Parts: sequence; structure tokens; C-alpha cells
Amino acid sequence: MYVAAKGGERAIRNAQALIAEARRGDPALPELEPAQIQEQLRLAVDRVMNEGSVYDPELAALALKQASGDVLEAIFLLRAYRATLPRLGYSAPIDTACMRLWRRISATFKDLPGGQVLGPTYDYTQRLLDFSSGPPAAAAEADAASEAAPRVLDLLGREGLIEPQEPPSGDPEPFDLTREPISFPASRAARLQNLARGDEGFLLAMGYSTQRGYAHSHPFAGEIRYGLVEVEIVPEELDFPVAIGEIALTECQMVNQFHGSKTEPPQFTRGYGLAFGHCERKAMAMALVDRALRAEELGEPLTAPAQMQEFVLSHSDALEASGFVQHLKLPHYVDFQAELELVRKMR
Amino acid sequence: MRDENYNFAYLDERTKRMIRRALLKAVAIPGFQVPFGSREMPLPYGWGTGGVQVTASVIGPRDVLKVIDQGADDTVNAVNIRAFFERTTGVATTERTVEATIIQTRHRIPETPLAEGQILVYQVPVPEPLQRLEPREAETRRMHALADYGLMHVKLYEDIARYGQVSTTYDYPVMVEGRYLMAPSPIPKFDNPKMHMSPALQLFGAGREKRIYALPPYTRVESLAFEDHPFEVQRWSQPCALCGARDSYLDEMLVDDRGGRMFVCSDTDYCSQRRGREEAA
Repeated sequence: MYVAAKGGERAIRNAQALIAEARRGDPALPELEPAQIQEQLRLAVDRVMNEGSVYDPELAALALKQASGDVLEAIFLLRAYRATLPRLGYSAPIDTACMRLWRRISATFKDLPGGQVLGPTYDYTQRLLDFSSGPPAAAAEADAASEAAPRVLDLLGREGLIEPQEPPSGDPEPFDLTREPISFPASRAARLQNLARGDEGFLLAMGYSTQRGYAHSHPFAGEIRYGLVEVEIVPEELDFPVAIGEIALTECQMVNQFHGSKTEPPQFTRGYGLAFGHCERKAMAMALVDRALRAEELGEPLTAPAQMQEFVLSHSDALEASGFVQHLKLPHYVDFQAELELVRKMR
Repeated sequence: MRDENYNFAYLDERTKRMIRRALLKAVAIPGFQVPFGSREMPLPYGWGTGGVQVTASVIGPRDVLKVIDQGADDTVNAVNIRAFFERTTGVATTERTVEATIIQTRHRIPETPLAEGQILVYQVPVPEPLQRLEPREAETRRMHALADYGLMHVKLYEDIARYGQVSTTYDYPVMVEGRYLMAPSPIPKFDNPKMHMSPALQLFGAGREKRIYALPPYTRVESLAFEDHPFEVQRWSQPCALCGARDSYLDEMLVDDRGGRMFVCSDTDYCSQRRGREEAA
């Protein structure tokens, strides 16, 4: 007698054993420790923290190990774990102007207060595979984070050439994407939260499309900064902020042309990107997409996908996309049977 | 055995309360999609995260859970979800439709009629019945508010004009209490009539799309149709090859590479109960 997909339970157990074995690889080689991943694959760890929406390098490293280096799978593990954590409170707004800088560059000014600081970057390396893999060259001259420096856009702002960006009146509590579903049209706070956990590849492609004529916004990288920022909370029983630690952040502020409108004079506008750890590509792409999504607010014609909120925000989440695309692997016998019957009847 | 590292049914109590509030609203407005703060679950979006969250929010230690996918208890995704709840709640599970207090399902409604007190939880991939006709949610929300469902009627009409029949065979849209157009989830249209005036509570969870909706017991649920083109369900020319049922939804199995095929019940519990009765007789 025919037995369809029987023994699902045993099949799952076997699959789990096989993936564990495949993950471990050759047992003659030493097993990877999460600490090694955290120290030596820091950019992968940072990406997992960003899209996993948890700042915890140790958990991100563990997730990468468990996922055999599949970044999306690691993000998934971290997000699922995150869902079990209670929300204890909100931090006070961080101040990136007080960032202790590891890296800070501006493409709009040759020199500026605080100077250009290249810091750790692959930007000016020659991409040649290095077969030596020996110890690194002598330690860099400055490895400690340097002092804070003012933000480039704040300098522009003093001249009134760039739109001011103030909290809305009354400084209302922002929308929280992790607690409530997004609804359209979405506020800028909601959009930025969505982009911050959005898939890096998706944002890169959407940002790229704005540079190729689909909603071009004449961007300049006003500033990219990477460093340590203090996180503070204001406990209910005290009325002053208490620092609870530091986190590494990458911030990108794009400066974009704006021709002015009925109410606004011509000026520069902003696109904003912020990411945990060192994620410049992500922060820059996010800033481009953020600016494109402001088209409606700035009275620009909506012509390109990157300007369309529902298109961008509903498809940016790697977990949602990956899950739904891959759910096609699940059995669809019943629906397919219905379609079979229909096609036979229609022929 | 329950895994004590996680809260009962995985979600923390505050999250469950949030989902129960959404459920209460959904029950109060049958067929209306209620947005909720869907959480990331340890299984992928599109694999039942909405259903799992709904089940996790309503399940108690004395519940008896049945999980089916494509009508079967033993398909891998059903096995996986059942194992998840065994691990996080320790509740009793069953494959018998009549024994279950909660049935979580993907793509089928059991053939055995449900009873008062039972809860049927549907896994929903696309809660918005109008999404394929109008992808913008701001627009579809307006259409629901105005009960403006012309777009769907035009689609059905065009199907009939072009093919002589409606070409939707599953996830066939229904009107709830004459007010809200609702996606029944991708159940075959064969199952649509079972939703109408069901004594069971029917809950729908869409995790990725962050929507919950519901049909309280004894709700009017009509499949869309025209007077001259009434709604019809699938029929088979042969009975189930295993139990001989003529009233159940059949899956087609290819049995060799020469075009041989057989038809068997997609609802494995229904099929085995019928065979058990035959053997006993």
C-alpha cells in the first residue's frame, strides 16, 4: 500500500542529525569557538546584530556558528530569541555627536573640525587574496577611539543651508516596530526602524537604483562615522540619566539636493542611516533609501520603486522574505490537486 | 515533557495578552483583519508563525492539540509544529479530530464535523483577499471600510467570461455576515461550506503580514458567486482508494511512471477512522 510522507518524525530527527554533522565538518579539525567568530568575523557579527535587532555580539557569534555561517539563518536565530525577551524600558536618545570616533570621513569637505579619520577600513586595500595569512603588520599607530568631533551636518545647519531636523513638537514617544505592526502611510520613525533591520542586500539594490535614474536625489556622503556611543537610561525612581554601557554604531548622513517648494527655499535635505557595529554599506544604502522615501513629504513626484513606502517597507525584512519564498518547499498537495482538477476541466 | 527554559507556550505572558486582545476584537468583528504585533517565532515566516502565535495565546495545560498540514498529521511541518508545542507546553496531542480541543491547520478543514468548544486555528499566508488585485494596503483598507468589493466581483466575472468558470480553486473568497470579504486561507474551495455556521470557533493568524481575524461560532460565511453561476465544489469520479469515501477531498498519488495514479483522502484521520470502522464491522 502507498504511504505518503509517513515517518515525518523520524525524517526530521535524521535531518537534524545530518545538519549537525555537516555543520561540524571534519572532526579532525578543531571546532570553532563563538569567541573566535566574535573577534575574527566581526563584520558578520555586526550584520547579524543589525538585522537580528539585538545588540549582543556574543549571541550573534553563537548564532553564526549554529547557522554554519549562513547570515540570514543566524539573523533568524537571534530574532526568534529576541522575541522571548521582555521589554524592560527604553533608553534615552543616544547622541552621536558625542561618539568616540574610530572612523569619520566626509566626502563634502576636504578638512573639517576633527579631521578625516580613516580608521579600520578595506576601502583603500588592494583586493588581492593574501596567501601568506601570517601575523598582521606592526600595530597601527592609533587603535583607541579618538575624541568626539562635531557632526558635519550640524556645521552646515548653522548656515541654514540644510533642513533642520527637530523632534516633532511635544517629542512624542516614537512608534515601536518590534511591538506594533507598521501601517501605511508610515511615519519616518517607523520607516527608519524598518530600514535599520532591513536586509542589507535589498537596501543596497534599492539605494543603487536611486543612483541609476529611478528617483535620483543627487546624494553626497556628508559624513560617515563609526565609533562608540554611550547608552543611558532614566530609571523611574531617579530623574537623571544613568549610563549603562557603550555600543558601537555606524552613522551615515547623506546630503541631497532639493529645489525647494511652495513653502521651503532651495536647500539641502537629509537622508539618514544608522547601524549597529561597523556596517557602512548598510548605513549608506539606508540613507539613500530614507531620502527616496521622503519624496511625498517633500512634494516630489512618486515615480520609482525606492520612493514607494509599501513596496520598500513591506519587502525589506530578510526573515519575512526568506520565510515566504522558502515556504514553497512545504507540501501544497491539496492546492495543487485543486489546480490540476481545474486545468483538466478547462482543457 | 515541557522545556522549562521557555515560558509556557514560548511567548511571554504580556505578548499573549496582546494577541488575546487582538483575538477578542477579531471575534467581535467577524471577518475583519486586526493588526497585531506579530513576534518572530522559531519557525520561518510562511510556515505557520501566525497560527502558532494564535495557538500559543489560547492554549492551556488541559488542552488537547491536533496539528495538520494538507489534512495530514504526519507531514513534516505538522510534525514540527506539534513537537514545538509538546516541548513548550507539555500538553496532550492527538490525531483524532473529535478528541482535540484545538486544531491547528494548514490548507484543510477536517472532514469530521467540528463541535462546540473546539477551536480551529488556521495558518494564513496572505490575509488580504484583495492583495493580488490591489497590492497597496492603504487602498485595500479603504475598500474594506467602504465594503467596496467591486474589484473582486469583476475578477470573478472576467474569469467566467474568459474560462466559463471561476478559476480560483483554493483561498476562494468568502463574505462574512454579509459585511467583510475574507480570505479563508488556502483551503480548497471544497472546504469553504464547512466554515458556514460552524459550531467551532475559527481563528486565523497571519504572522508575516501581522493580521488576525476570526469567525465566532455560527457565523454566516458565503462563498462569492453569481445567481446564474452558483458556487460549486470539487467532485471526484472515484472514491478514496483506501476507505471508499465519496464525500472527502482526495489527493492524487502517482503510483508508477506509466501514468498510474490513485486517489486517497487528504484527511488522514478521517480515512483511518473509516477504515477502522470497516475492520471492526
